[in-house]
Amino acid sequence: MRDVAIIGAGMIPFGRRDEDTLMDMLAYASLKALDDAGLGDQSVDAVYVGNMGAGMFQHQSAIASSLVDRLSLLPAAADTVENGPASGGSAVKNGLLAIASGYYDTVLVVGGEKMREVTGWRATDVVATMTHPQAEYPYGITLPGMAGMFTRLYMEKYGVTREMLVAVALKNQEMGTHNPFAHVEMALSKDGIMDNSAAVVNNPVIADPLHLYDACPVSDGAAAIVITALDRVKKSAKPPVLIAGFGQATDTHTLQERDDPTDLKAVTLAAQKALEMAKLKPGDIHLAELHDAFTILEIAESEHVGFFKKGEGGKAALAGKTRLGGQIPINLSGGLKARGHPVGATGVAQVVDIVFQLRHELPKERQVKNAQTGLTVNFGGFGNNVTAFVLRRVEQ
Amino acid sequence: MPIDMELEAVLRPTQYPMPPYPPKVITLANGKKMVVRQAEREDVPEILKSVHPCLFIERDYYDIVSARLYGELLAWYRYRVKSEYCLMGQVDGYLVGVVNGRLENEKVGMSYHTLAIDRGLRIGSHLFAAKMEYHMEYLNQDSVLIVAESPIGFRRWMIEYPLEKTDIPHELGGGESYRLTRDIYFKARPRLVVGERPVPADLWEEANRHILFADDDTIRERIAGLKGR
Repeated sequence: MRDVAIIGAGMIPFGRRDEDTLMDMLAYASLKALDDAGLGDQSVDAVYVGNMGAGMFQHQSAIASSLVDRLSLLPAAADTVENGPASGGSAVKNGLLAIASGYYDTVLVVGGEKMREVTGWRATDVVATMTHPQAEYPYGITLPGMAGMFTRLYMEKYGVTREMLVAVALKNQEMGTHNPFAHVEMALSKDGIMDNSAAVVNNPVIADPLHLYDACPVSDGAAAIVITALDRVKKSAKPPVLIAGFGQATDTHTLQERDDPTDLKAVTLAAQKALEMAKLKPGDIHLAELHDAFTILEIAESEHVGFFKKGEGGKAALAGKTRLGGQIPINLSGGLKARGHPVGATGVAQVVDIVFQLRHELPKERQVKNAQTGLTVNFGGFGNNVTAFVLRRVEQ
Repeated sequence: MPIDMELEAVLRPTQYPMPPYPPKVITLANGKKMVVRQAEREDVPEILKSVHPCLFIERDYYDIVSARLYGELLAWYRYRVKSEYCLMGQVDGYLVGVVNGRLENEKVGMSYHTLAIDRGLRIGSHLFAAKMEYHMEYLNQDSVLIVAESPIGFRRWMIEYPLEKTDIPHELGGGESYRLTRDIYFKARPRLVVGERPVPADLWEEANRHILFADDDTIRERIAGLKGR
């Protein structure tokens, strides 16, 4: 297996992009990554596109075939990768394996989704199609509904409090104000979303005990990376970033079949595999991008990947241990909460954000000093298909 | 423009007596304090400066809502509409939202428009609620007729309250008419109508000193989310 390095990264501002088609967004992000990589006359052998819902949102299929032509990358191989909200992570995995195997030398990985083409409730329904078609979906379950039940269980079992969830929301939305790619660039106040009597309107319950600001927005957006074999990387001003570890794991489709619904086994296994491959421990990681589609997930994942013991993640968030300068900074991009969650884009965007961090390119409000290692967790379904990557800066 | 006051007496509608809306302050999600107060007729030319840039934003039907609101406020300013009122929200003196309506008669209100100039803070929800509060608690009306022009309005008013359908046509035309009754209002009040009175002296003084307006580009960015990137 060859070592695989990220040599180019790019993304477009997430949000509501009425003026762009899905293909526009995928193309813009791709061009940014290709430009960042400075490939010159080096060709792209293959393109992997992470996307969950183009068939439902845009009534469009085979988007990788369309993108490779739009980018004039013919006759590169092209595949669309669909794995729910972990589509981006799975697309990166496919690129990684293709380079590592030696079959391809240069691969473009793109993730994108255009969800604001439909109303919020239709987008919620499209995302809910990932639930079990007989045991869950017909009964009206949605992802916010699942997250609400998960949160209630987590609160009862581990003592997570509303203040802890709010701490995550405040941190991530504050970080979003420093990220020009973020969908939501608005800091919140604890008074405005929790303490004051007006919070009942500002931050209403959406799926008890979760409130509006516990959930990520519905977003449009795209992100892309260019990867190649590490031994082919030419010396450049931008250090390559090694994909040092990768892991993926699955769990039961329905939550009810799990021995303990609060145990996100696939997160634990995926992170363990990625860390083992990278020969690192959780304590060696300098920052992480975790899949905080709901605030509870950042807390739960921070425990399941091994940053904190079970029941300690919420306390750590409240104590500021996951902020910039804390024990393990998490979601300095703003996370899904503020950067946004165009489902197919997220797994790639997480990698892009870590690349920016490891290249030390970010403003001081977001940059982890001398960051060398980063972890991503891309959470598909409700934890039934999870990808994790460990990235490491390579000094040239 | 010369005005024939004899003719004006015919053209100007009579007005129902309307007690003032008592101002209140609402804490927004970002911690800022929004003062909600009643606009005076003399405020209209200044308010229109913030409505004008919204005329050119198609997103979420801002163009239609703004154009109609512009006309309604102008008609009020120049005495061509009966018993109209306007409430506005100000943050740090800046105008962030406008709502208006009028009295069809002493017991039935006619909701006109809700324009949030700063978005993502539920300013529209707060101001619409203030409008309903005015009709029900201060004008003591039995019902308010409401129609939605945008999907967001439909979700916020018809579904969230929820309003009831009515056969009584709304004067804005459009889709099906809905109405808020006293029963619906007082059931919804605990979860939708907020704010504190009296407004602290410093906030009240700032709001009254002047109505500040963001520039056109800022307003377009706040509404349309056009980040210029």
